[in-house]
Amino acid sequence: MRTETMTLNMGPQHPSTHGVLRVALELDGETVVKARPIVGYLHTGMEKQAEYKTYTQSIPQTDRMDYLAPMSNNLAFCLAAEKLLGIEVPPRVQAIRVLLTELTRISSHCMWLGTHALDIGAMTVFFWAFREREKVLSIYEHVCGARLTASYFRVGGLAMDIPEGFLDRCRTFVDEMPAHVDEYEAMLTKNPIWLARTRGVAILSARDAVALGATGPILRGSGVQYDLRKAQPYSGYETYDFEIPVRTSGDAYDRYLVRVEEMRQATRICDQAIRRLEELGPGDYRLRDFKYVLPPKEEVKTSMEALIHHFKIVAHGFFPPVGEAYQAIEAPKGELGFYFVSDGTPRPWRMKVRSPSFVNMQTLSVMVEGRLVADVITAIGSLDIVLGEIDR
Amino acid sequence: MTQIWSNPDVQFVVWALVKIVVILFAMLGVVSYLIYAERKIAGHIQARTGPNRVGPLGLFQPIADVLKLFFKEEFMPAEANKVIFHIAPILAVVPALVTFSVVPFGPSPALVVTDVNVGLLLFLAMSSLGVYAITLGGWSSNNKYALLGGMRSSAQMISYELAMGLSTIGVLILAGSLSLSSIVAAQSHWWFVVFQPLAFIIFMLTAFAETNRAPFDLPEAEAELVAGFHTEYSSMKFGMFFLGEFMNVIAICAIAVTLFLGGWNGPGPPGLGMLWFVLKLSVLLFCFIWVRWTFPRLRYDQLMNLGWKVLLPAALLNIVLTAVAVYWGSHR
Repeated sequence: MRTETMTLNMGPQHPSTHGVLRVALELDGETVVKARPIVGYLHTGMEKQAEYKTYTQSIPQTDRMDYLAPMSNNLAFCLAAEKLLGIEVPPRVQAIRVLLTELTRISSHCMWLGTHALDIGAMTVFFWAFREREKVLSIYEHVCGARLTASYFRVGGLAMDIPEGFLDRCRTFVDEMPAHVDEYEAMLTKNPIWLARTRGVAILSARDAVALGATGPILRGSGVQYDLRKAQPYSGYETYDFEIPVRTSGDAYDRYLVRVEEMRQATRICDQAIRRLEELGPGDYRLRDFKYVLPPKEEVKTSMEALIHHFKIVAHGFFPPVGEAYQAIEAPKGELGFYFVSDGTPRPWRMKVRSPSFVNMQTLSVMVEGRLVADVITAIGSLDIVLGEIDR
Repeated sequence: MTQIWSNPDVQFVVWALVKIVVILFAMLGVVSYLIYAERKIAGHIQARTGPNRVGPLGLFQPIADVLKLFFKEEFMPAEANKVIFHIAPILAVVPALVTFSVVPFGPSPALVVTDVNVGLLLFLAMSSLGVYAITLGGWSSNNKYALLGGMRSSAQMISYELAMGLSTIGVLILAGSLSLSSIVAAQSHWWFVVFQPLAFIIFMLTAFAETNRAPFDLPEAEAELVAGFHTEYSSMKFGMFFLGEFMNVIAICAIAVTLFLGGWNGPGPPGLGMLWFVLKLSVLLFCFIWVRWTFPRLRYDQLMNLGWKVLLPAALLNIVLTAVAVYWGSHR
């Protein structure tokens, strides 16, 4: 009998494609023959815009790429610029950055867990995960005034010092978070329906994962132990004690376990960072190199030198040397890298973002071809993509 | 005039009509407050408070909900089959209501609309009719998602109906009657759930599938099929589907109480019968809500496997076991 395949267009407006992702599905009954992700519906030209802005002016743009992990984007951007300038921030700033990016990891994973569970029909986990995400957002608000678009890190330091009572607030959250992760696990980890929906579904072999350039929990769920925090440490990660969770079967369930364990490990890192900050006490929140960093306001009012630096940086930005720099960090979703080419002017000649979601998404076809339509939803959910970062 | 009233036939008809009207309005009230209860319970499960703005404790929320639905625009897709598009929501509500006509709410005959001698069959027939509402609603909307939702539900309901029907046979063997009143009477000492635990479990599982409730809510799987069969329905037509779903839940729980949990039987004078019935019904309804907000959704093929490869053989096994036990008991 001659049969024909049916083409189903999933997205760009669809409740579970996590934004404006479009997947052209070729179906044979309910089986996926071919899945082709189509991107570009959220293209905002951020990379091009960066060429017309000073480095500092581009920081708010980075919040809007992976808007679920703004601090991680800020960090990757600032680290790349610092590498270009050849400067390194003081240990206290590094600890604050680590603390905030690990909180970001928790919040991003909470968002992922909630929406992934919601796609599979478990509505309650969604609300529970959002409850904790809300706490992280309140911490953001406390530290920089914004809940979503933080823009808190600066090249050479931070925008301002951490406020009073901030560490206590983080301490409360970090102490209670593991119990909340236990709650999520109680709802899902051994739930037979959850197992049936995720175990053995959307499998990605280690070979495919490496070949397609997958990073982050996707890669570690497929059995490859690779984490930039260990492989190419930055911001002093080599001095923290934490483990990299790895699972071997490469299905949606293992990616789930990896991320849940990462939330626990993130609380461990936060805990150490808070301790470290408590030991260090108050101090500088940015580098005292006024060629690149704004001098303190007090000095601007009293010292001629500082006033000139202030004026120069505000008027046209700092001048990096001619050259190029690439710096990647382990963002919640994988390797997030910024690449700058500088021609010596205050604006980058070219900025390129290596966003984890964009690269990870090309594994979708491998995961779902030959499987059922319902598994496409599970696969997209377990990929944890953000369209703002894919299209940039 | 008095002659007409003394005619027993007229009395019977009028009395039945009164009961029908009472049931109809009681059910509308019960459904609206079941929805309120579901929202409140879901809220507490999800670490929220649930509705609390309209009236004390949000108790007038159902009124606001219904008013909102009435004021919504009626939308009908182009190329939809108009007649069937209108009939489907009605079909969703009516069978569920008919089921209540045979449920004995209490000991006196006044608390049953009509004690049909094949009451159980009527219930099975009515629950089968429910599938038409969803299939026709999905088909007549002229929408891919709605059609897929409707198709899924017809396959699902047909598969689960078999297991459900078979799970009730054990009760029939024990009670020896299809009349629901007689089944309740047969449980005056021991509830049938004691002798038929397997059948009770199968019945409840299939009840979730029959009413399209989570974890078997595939026909309206939000994530995959947008809103499933009712994607194109709006205003009170959507409300009717909603009403029908909740009425079905109540109806099926009422039948479960009647078949397995002793109906209105309970300690105390028979006057308390109705109270016991409502209490048992509430416990089952709470379970329905609790499960919905706790479990993820099964995949379509897994749902079919569960129905045909697990529940159906288990129901057949239960019949054989019950039959052997009853035979052995009577020939000892």
